[in-house]
Amino acid sequence: MTILGFLIPLALAMGLAGLYFFFWASRTGQFEDLDGAANRILIDEDGEG
Amino acid sequence: MNVAAMSLSVPLGSPLQEPLIDSRFTVPGIRCAGCIGKIERGLAAVPGIASARVNFSAKRVAVSHARTLDADEILEELRKLGFEAERAADKPLAPDDAETKRLMRALAVAGFGMMNIMLFSVSVWSGADLVTREMFHWLSALIAIPVIAYSGRPFFASALMALRYRRTNMDVPISIGVLLATGMSLYETVTGGEHAYFDGAVMLLFFLLAGRALDAMMRGRARSGIAALLGRMGRGAQVVQDGGAARYVEAERLAPGMVMLVAAGEALAADGEIVEGRTSIDASMLTGESEARPAQSGDIVHAGMINLGNPVRVRITAAAQDTAIADIARLMDEAGQSRSRYVRVADRAARLYAPAVHTLAFLSFCGWMLAGAGVYHALTIATAVLIITCPCALGLAVPAAQVVAAGALMKRGLLIKDGSALERLAEADEVLLDKTGTLTLGEPRPANLKALGPRWRAIALGLAQASRHPLSRGLARALREDGTEPASIEGISETAGTGMSGRIDGVDVALLRPEAETAGLAVDLLVGGFRTRIAFADPLRPDVRETLAALNAQGLRAAIASGDRVEAVGVVARDLGLFAAAGMTPADKLALLERRAAMGRKVLMVGDGLNDGPALAGAHVSIAPGGASDVSQQAADAVFVGAALMPVALAVRVGRATMRVVRQNFAVAVVYNVLAVPLAIAGFVTPLVAALAMSGSSLLVVGNSLRLARAAEACGGKGAV
Repeated sequence: MTILGFLIPLALAMGLAGLYFFFWASRTGQFEDLDGAANRILIDEDGEG
Repeated sequence: MNVAAMSLSVPLGSPLQEPLIDSRFTVPGIRCAGCIGKIERGLAAVPGIASARVNFSAKRVAVSHARTLDADEILEELRKLGFEAERAADKPLAPDDAETKRLMRALAVAGFGMMNIMLFSVSVWSGADLVTREMFHWLSALIAIPVIAYSGRPFFASALMALRYRRTNMDVPISIGVLLATGMSLYETVTGGEHAYFDGAVMLLFFLLAGRALDAMMRGRARSGIAALLGRMGRGAQVVQDGGAARYVEAERLAPGMVMLVAAGEALAADGEIVEGRTSIDASMLTGESEARPAQSGDIVHAGMINLGNPVRVRITAAAQDTAIADIARLMDEAGQSRSRYVRVADRAARLYAPAVHTLAFLSFCGWMLAGAGVYHALTIATAVLIITCPCALGLAVPAAQVVAAGALMKRGLLIKDGSALERLAEADEVLLDKTGTLTLGEPRPANLKALGPRWRAIALGLAQASRHPLSRGLARALREDGTEPASIEGISETAGTGMSGRIDGVDVALLRPEAETAGLAVDLLVGGFRTRIAFADPLRPDVRETLAALNAQGLRAAIASGDRVEAVGVVARDLGLFAAAGMTPADKLALLERRAAMGRKVLMVGDGLNDGPALAGAHVSIAPGGASDVSQQAADAVFVGAALMPVALAVRVGRATMRVVRQNFAVAVVYNVLAVPLAIAGFVTPLVAALAMSGSSLLVVGNSLRLARAAEACGGKGAV
């Protein structure tokens, strides 16, 4: 049962890290243009797209 | 690309010394990766523009540019790249956006809490006991209480507001349920009891927040699209100063007595009298009249009309709040108030639901007390009833279906402003259509392009795309749609009131106003010594007949209500076989709608002009084309872009399909309650049963709503574009 003392804080820390990452992503505008990112990889860097 | 006409102080390629400013433009025509590349590369090559970034989802371009370059010049560059654009609102974050973000954050926190608490709950359900169970309950409480305090705020605030006005809404049972469950669970935890409902309470918040966030996202997306399309009206004017020089004055600052200079193609920003010059005026926005009428010194013109001919000087007689437009705005304000009395499906359900749930929970409490159970036991059961009846599925039933439907419609070129519009669309049983700009395209298009050879077309496009005159724009757009590539013409110059001229391969070419008076609108194309006349007409939208047939098949009878002259309306009405009323003022249209409403009809109004504004605001539901005036787009429930009219018929069909799915979702929620509530009242509901029942019914509702995307896709496939 002592393993719980390690696993529970670990699970919580990972959850909190995920939550923090989501807050960061939404604050820095990562969700502003979801379809654009998917399309951008198709752009040819040289010559007319 | 021709940038020679622009004189800019910023040399190409050198780092920009001056501070950059950001402007935003909406470009509805961005459809593929190629468009992103074309716009970003094309704009970056323009001197004065430091960078351009396309937001594909919002169909928007953010341009970082030097102060010397103004928005109109950038619009011009976008037009040369082949994209029609409009200035977007400067404030990127509307209050709606902020609300969506707040809900998303609350949702994320609730999701985090739900998953971690579930971790402990599953262990408890699978047999953890004594010290382990107690510790897990304490840990759950530690996570749940801050999470509920943070994520529950939207519900608590709304419930408090409702109670303050002595009303009840869906949020009241939710808040009571969540708070009671948390309180009970805390008591269980402290006394070392068996059942804690922390997981149920947090899961409830998570599912309900998901519904709210979906609802807010739908509104936000449509708003940003519509804000984008705004901005066609005269926002200001060049006012002639004492010295003879002209200065730009914003519309609110204009005052009677000032003399404004109105260039060809400009919209008037105030009412006035022409003091100098002869021109033709397009009053279609204001009156619905399709044909431009001549105007000269002494004629009265109104704000919102567009000057098609020569530059004129206009002495302002009424500005800002006193113009004819302001009258229409007041009429609209009054008409819009009837709309706010409409009660949405979810609220109608809540009116029955909230009291029923409260009564049920209270009765179970009393029943168990009478049966001899203790206060604690009776309260546990009442809490279980509240939790199990909490409208998870009901809260998702409406927004999930509507978001899916709105997303599908947006792909077909129709922006719905909010969910209630879809509900009202489903109820519509009659259509009233404006003529100019709604049945027709609302802009002059060349009538006899086929007569021109390919080289002439290329020259015409080369000349036309360099001008902002409505005839040039119509010509350029028609030629581009035809697949014509512009010829590169040297030394293009525009003479206001006369036309465009330039040289190609040593031959003089020009696009000129006909010297003799013509019956309709026309321009002459000159190449070398040869002259061809291009006549213009305002054609019907390409799929008007199919749309009317589709509407008819859905049981919606169509009629025309136009402000145009009887003769002009008669031609279209006979052509399409519709009943029509002509020469209607904005007040007439509104009165007609009120008469139909009094007869119990639910009218769908489709119109674009300022003169349709009051009717759009007063109708049961309304749709405006993307080319409509700002006011009309604000007043309408939905806006469709593009030349096709089919989105109107599609909207009704998808609206009805949505309501069908909403009703199915309600049925799922009711069946769930019928099964689960007796269990709860009988005292058989443990936290495990509550968690399973809640997530099961929510998943069923969301899954059912997703079917709508396929249905809309399938029925839209043959219709639009």
